[in-house]
Amino acid sequence: MRVTPAHQSLAFSRRMLLVGSAQVGLGALLIGRLGYLGISQNDHYRLLSEDNRVQLIPVPPRRGWIIDRHGKPIAINRSSFRVDIIPQQLSDGPRVIRELAQILELSPDELQRVADELKSSRGFQPVSVAENVPYEKYAAIMVRMTELPGVSAARGFNRYYPDGPAVAHLVGYVGTASAKEYEKEKNPLLIIPGFKIGKEGLERSLETSLRGVPGGQRVELTARGKLVRELDPKPDRSGKTVQLTIDQGVQLYAARRMGDQSGALVAMDVSTGDLLAYVSMPAYDPNSFSDGIGRTEWRMLSQDDHIPLLNKVTLGLYPSGSTIKPAMALAFLEQGIDPARRVHCAGGYQIGNRYFRCDAVHGSMDMHSAVERSCNTYFWATGLIADPAKTTEMVHYLGYGEKFDLPLPNQRFGTMPNPEWLMQKYHRKWQGYDTANTSIGQGYVLINPMQLAVMPARLASGKLLKPRLLMAGSRQPAPDVAAKPEHLEIVRKAMAAVVNGSGTAVASKLPLDGIQMAGKTGTAQVFRLGERGHQSNWALRDHALFIAFAPADKPRYAIGCIIEHGGFGASAAAPIVRDTMTYLFDQQKAMDALLPLEQQWGGSLAERNARRSAAFEAAAKFVQSQAQAKTTQPPTT
Amino acid sequence: MISSAIIPQPLASLPWRLIFLVLCIAGIGLLTLYSAAGGAAQPWALKQALIILVFLGVAVGMSWIKESTIKALVFPIYGAIILMLLLTDAMGFVGKGAQRWLDIGFIRLQPSEFMKPAIVLVLARFYELLPAGSIRQWRAIWPAALMIGVPWALILVQPDLGTATMVLLSGITVMFLAGVPMWLFLGGAGLIAAALPIAFTMMHDYQRKRVLIFMDPESDPLGAGYHITQSKIAIGSGGIWGKGYLQGSQSHLDYLPEGHTDFVFATMVEEWGFIGGLVLILAFAFVVRWGMKVAANSRTRFGQLTAAGLTVTIFFYVTINLMMVMGLAPVVGVPLPLVSFGGSAVMTVMLCLGVLMSLERQQRTKSTLT
Repeated sequence: MRVTPAHQSLAFSRRMLLVGSAQVGLGALLIGRLGYLGISQNDHYRLLSEDNRVQLIPVPPRRGWIIDRHGKPIAINRSSFRVDIIPQQLSDGPRVIRELAQILELSPDELQRVADELKSSRGFQPVSVAENVPYEKYAAIMVRMTELPGVSAARGFNRYYPDGPAVAHLVGYVGTASAKEYEKEKNPLLIIPGFKIGKEGLERSLETSLRGVPGGQRVELTARGKLVRELDPKPDRSGKTVQLTIDQGVQLYAARRMGDQSGALVAMDVSTGDLLAYVSMPAYDPNSFSDGIGRTEWRMLSQDDHIPLLNKVTLGLYPSGSTIKPAMALAFLEQGIDPARRVHCAGGYQIGNRYFRCDAVHGSMDMHSAVERSCNTYFWATGLIADPAKTTEMVHYLGYGEKFDLPLPNQRFGTMPNPEWLMQKYHRKWQGYDTANTSIGQGYVLINPMQLAVMPARLASGKLLKPRLLMAGSRQPAPDVAAKPEHLEIVRKAMAAVVNGSGTAVASKLPLDGIQMAGKTGTAQVFRLGERGHQSNWALRDHALFIAFAPADKPRYAIGCIIEHGGFGASAAAPIVRDTMTYLFDQQKAMDALLPLEQQWGGSLAERNARRSAAFEAAAKFVQSQAQAKTTQPPTT
Repeated sequence: MISSAIIPQPLASLPWRLIFLVLCIAGIGLLTLYSAAGGAAQPWALKQALIILVFLGVAVGMSWIKESTIKALVFPIYGAIILMLLLTDAMGFVGKGAQRWLDIGFIRLQPSEFMKPAIVLVLARFYELLPAGSIRQWRAIWPAALMIGVPWALILVQPDLGTATMVLLSGITVMFLAGVPMWLFLGGAGLIAAALPIAFTMMHDYQRKRVLIFMDPESDPLGAGYHITQSKIAIGSGGIWGKGYLQGSQSHLDYLPEGHTDFVFATMVEEWGFIGGLVLILAFAFVVRWGMKVAANSRTRFGQLTAAGLTVTIFFYVTINLMMVMGLAPVVGVPLPLVSFGGSAVMTVMLCLGVLMSLERQQRTKSTLT
């Protein structure tokens, strides 16, 4: 068909109609889309628009306090100024850090830490430069803010432990959340500069109670993060105050009384099981940990042979030594062994082809005198006529090797061996020498210092007490110990004689009228080959242990104590327990005993701690000046 | 159009209805630009008002140009623009970077903008010259395809996907209206539809990701989908009546990127709501309807094709932008003419309207001319 201009005009009209229809269709589509977005989806987009407009600048909640049983502060917050770097916003880093270092007088050690953290940080996670900044320096930085891009200075709160090292292993410390902790929780609160979470001890295990709920300043922000105006703020909720059963005075006293020795002491209220003191010494200063510890300080602490970084109360395991004997005596009594039955101690005892040597030639011993004078021969001989399964079970029942439900992140509970356990673990039958070793708390017996306090508390009260650390929570009356009261009385009398009769700890009588202490010494062998007794090498000396309760006739308090490498229990551990026990009844008298000792040691715990901190700082400067290569990584706090 | 003894003839003969519509649209645009600047005439509204006035004057002036003059100039102008495109690409190649501008000393020209009306004019002229009997033949297709393809390719490599697409669409529309066989368009559309899935499988991962993000911008709200997401939030949060003038948080707090240029519609709708958007769309619809009427009333083939083609160019300009800001098309960088800040789009649309007004005037005065 030939196409003519007339045809063409007709075709144009037809196609114009098509194009016009398409235009109308597209126009309708646009209007429909507009209506869909603006009317049907309005709520959804309005919400998104508000999300854009209003931002919450979280204000970290104040951490809950930790207070003692009388309301005295153990961990509190102090107002402080802080300076951070937000890596994302940092430009011209080296210059900014140089200027900061100059204003804040940062030590090379601190500078190194900042550099390390900057290197490993993610862009959004602020790196702390300095905390507890004095106001003048804070103001100096605020004034120069525009020249320091990426630097933020703010007012905040800092965790403060008034007693420093004395409570270190009890409460632990706080620190900035690590990247790993943030990944786990995905809580934006964790990456706010200056926000700390519990890293150890109670600070860690009570984190949920102590943390609180963040509030925030609601602000209108531009897309670039510029503040337009402030809206009404959302209030934050401080963390809850946690009250401990600990008595701050006893805690501090015991820590001071331990001096520079390495050890642990636990004090317990015999009527409730409340822990009054929970001391592991020496200890780091949790205040300096919470500020972010320097690498030199960390290295010095971790290389100290008195292991200040170890919580000896729950992680230190020791042979119980002779402190096991009162429990052994009770086990014998319960099996029907006559307390008047006599054993002759000729300075040792032959079991099989091995001769076990006693500390002395005690002569004829009954149960009372054997406990009083800690005669091993009696316990070897009597142990052999008793049923080892029943005996060991009684000791375990009284606390050695027992697991306690305490709000502490890490605990080790040791071992109280028995025939069944031995078979399972070492695939051999219980032998006479196992009975002998166990009877005097050696061999496989391993206990922690907490159990060292639980044991005398249970013997003293006749109740199956459980240690408690938190005041809150229900108090259930402890059931009676499944033993005849008169048998318990025999054991208590023997323990009273240890201190007040002619026993091993007569040098540690309480200097109080009408109040006697009952106790039992223990000496745990560390170095098997040597002779017992004095060793010139500190690390090879025996551990000294002492368990006690007082008053002997109407017990109120029980204490367990171990001094690592202290030698005889009577000489190192007992005097510390005596003075701490004295403090519980007469604080003045106890302080009078402590002060001359501290003078001898070169100052109070606080003074020595300050001196040590200074030493750390000096060492850090020295290390830096020597420009030594780094050897130990600081903890990622 | 307006007959009165008082108003002088040249003024009375102007298409006042169109001018009124254009001023309406421009007015909405200026109000929005004033708001986008945080309630200030600087830096955009005042400058834009000047640009619109100047180009409106140019358009009105163009309305006195005769059709024959336009016809005579079509090929030389087309050739000149092709040359400028070549030059622009060459400079871009030498300068190792995207190049859309041609700096000729006192002014910077964007030749691809001129190509939008020029492609319509040159094709209209071509089909007018083509004997009516040849429209179903091969020679009706390949020269047109070449005339579209060359500038399309030259613009695409700049790279300016938005403008290249518009040139392509306008050109194809003119071919369609000229009567090129229907099977060509249906077949072409079918071929593209069939090729899309194959093309998708052959794409690089990052290209595929872009397509997927276009389909579902919320899947990447901070990356490539950010513009679309924020634009939809602005439009959607406006509701029926909007948040109120100067109250748009999306634009005022900078969450909406390009709120004064490509995404100006979102800025406007956030504050004026569905009603505001509807008014603007209808105003554009009336402009398009006016242009289509001019085409329908044209008595010459060149007039028909030119008027329809230029109107469709304006239509595409508006539609592509609106589809883009409402999440119906990928972000290709096409501004909303007369509303978005910037001179290029205003110039192009005013050139189109100028030619349309010229054609319209001649329809009314045809009797005296022939």
